[in-house]
Amino acid sequence: MDPITTFSGKTVALPIANIDTDQITPALFTKVTVKTGLGRILFAHWRYQGDFVPKPEFPLNRPGAQGATVLVSGDNFGCGSSREHAPWALVDYGFRAIISTSFADIFRGNALKNGLLPIVVDAAAHAEALKIAEQHETVSVDLPNQTLTLPGCGSVKFPIDAFSKKCLVEGIDQLGYIMKHEQAVSAFERATNSEES
Amino acid sequence: MVAPKTLFEKIWDAHVVASEPDCPVVLYIDLHLIHEMTSPQAFSGLRARGLRVRRPDRTVATVDHIIPTLNRAQAEIPPSTAELVRQIEKNCSDFGVALHGVSSESQGIVHVIGPELGLTQPGMTIVCGDSHTSTHGAFGALAFGIGTSEVEHVLATQCLLQRRPKTFEVKVDGSLPRGVTAKDLVLAIIARLGIGGATEHVLEYRGEAVRALSMDERMTVCNMSIEAGARAGMIAPDETTFAWLRGRRFAPKSFDAFRDLKSDDGARFDRTLEIDASRLEPMITYGTNPGMGMPISGVVPAETSKQALDYMGLKAGQRMLGQSIDVVFIGSCTNSRISDLRSAASVLKGRRVKARVLVVPGSLPIKRQAEEEGLDRVFREAGCEWREPGCSMCIALNGDELAEGQYCVSTSNRNFEGRQGKGGRTLLASPLTAAASAIEGRVADARQYL
Ligand code: SF4
Repeated sequence: MDPITTFSGKTVALPIANIDTDQITPALFTKVTVKTGLGRILFAHWRYQGDFVPKPEFPLNRPGAQGATVLVSGDNFGCGSSREHAPWALVDYGFRAIISTSFADIFRGNALKNGLLPIVVDAAAHAEALKIAEQHETVSVDLPNQTLTLPGCGSVKFPIDAFSKKCLVEGIDQLGYIMKHEQAVSAFERATNSEES
Repeated sequence: MVAPKTLFEKIWDAHVVASEPDCPVVLYIDLHLIHEMTSPQAFSGLRARGLRVRRPDRTVATVDHIIPTLNRAQAEIPPSTAELVRQIEKNCSDFGVALHGVSSESQGIVHVIGPELGLTQPGMTIVCGDSHTSTHGAFGALAFGIGTSEVEHVLATQCLLQRRPKTFEVKVDGSLPRGVTAKDLVLAIIARLGIGGATEHVLEYRGEAVRALSMDERMTVCNMSIEAGARAGMIAPDETTFAWLRGRRFAPKSFDAFRDLKSDDGARFDRTLEIDASRLEPMITYGTNPGMGMPISGVVPAETSKQALDYMGLKAGQRMLGQSIDVVFIGSCTNSRISDLRSAASVLKGRRVKARVLVVPGSLPIKRQAEEEGLDRVFREAGCEWREPGCSMCIALNGDELAEGQYCVSTSNRNFEGRQGKGGRTLLASPLTAAASAIEGRVADARQYL
């Protein structure tokens, strides 16, 4: 995973609340054994008619939205199943950040592990971001300083826990972090009598 | 004096392996359940790093999501499905993990077989690459769904990085009226909280109505905790729990160690919701997420979004009772246990259905038990399809799916757009409501059949 520090990106709006992982990556298309190439199935039921023929009216299919890397969605993005195919597909499509007022827990964790930044903003900033994204304007993200800059309306701070931020900024691998605690894990197993029998 | 703790806090504190400032804790996992849909990439990750499974003895696998529910010998398995089955078989054999697979007598939906085998136990931390892992909280375990990266973490280290969630007490007093089930209770709770209402929290269901629930019913309630956005749902273990577990294949011999597993008097929860069970009715959903549910005698709320109404082909202000339906699905990790089948059969006995009805038991042992009790005959004589165990039309990955525009009364847990097949319209309800609706070919109130 490449480190994330600052970047700017074109926006696209999907102003629907409670977008669940069955919409992000319909289960039917997740019968795969790899993580790659899933951008094609992103929002498949909404994005295509028939056999992968794009629906012109779907926001991602508009000409102006091509090359967008920041998605502005409605509240509570990513609810539903725990499938990591959702962030895999969003990242494969080209998204680097999602802006919403809230994210579902499991999705949020999955996104962060895949270098996809969930940006939580308040209702006022969200309304601005949606307007901007309707025009596909460019926003900039500064992760070390936790700021999102919206053209014409300045910067807003966004929250992120210190550990997730460090992992993203320094490209730290979380499995490696856990593995550094190997001795503590073994000690825990001995202390709780839960060693392999 | 030690500060009073909640059930969640007791289990959490007992599983913290390491905690550093500004970092999530390293949490020990007692039981890791895996299935074919969310594990292949995790095993590939292990191989790429040259790692082994740290505790194969605490890892248990099944095949459930994509498995055909028609006669297995004759079922045609598409290549994508066959590859998922092949991979989990190979991964389990290469890494020494027990697999209750396609040809096993204990195969079933992962959240059904964990408890059934006695693997799920009070006080444990349990994870699975599946959001309905919350089901196992019914036994007083801390159980939650994880993504595939985390599946890899647990395979490699038996640990997870976790931020401490907040606590949420759901206190249900009174008793459920006749014909109002655990499914109705949890649908009512989710309707009250909304689909994201419990995000970042662990729910603990308490109160006399919860104590009165059987284990099957408690599993139904905990199962759907995730539909309110909760990280997990749990119920303190009691004699009901111990009696249910006693004698199961992997169950503990003694339950003494679990008697203190409850929230202490005076323990503080971050939030509380109180519900009076005696005022509840059977519930049905009308929209495209599980929070969009209402009492069966009600009307579709005026504030329902246009997108949901258009998708569902419904109008604000209309009644759901009498809405014509095409399919009924009785199954899923929410409602596929023996008591669910008995309750549906009690309504269907001696009657004929006016819709396509799939009855899919949660596991092979449940299927056998139902056949011993003659429930399969009740279903068949009523005109239902009696199937092999699996997730089936809960997620529509195995060919069991709705056609575009069809309405289905389903005992599963999600009514998202396309969940049961592209363009399919799901109405979530209890097995009783599903059975009554099957008889009428319309959404019906089961209480008239009891
Ligand atoms: S029955 Fe449905 S909800 Fe349960 S594990 Fe299977 S697909 Fe998931």
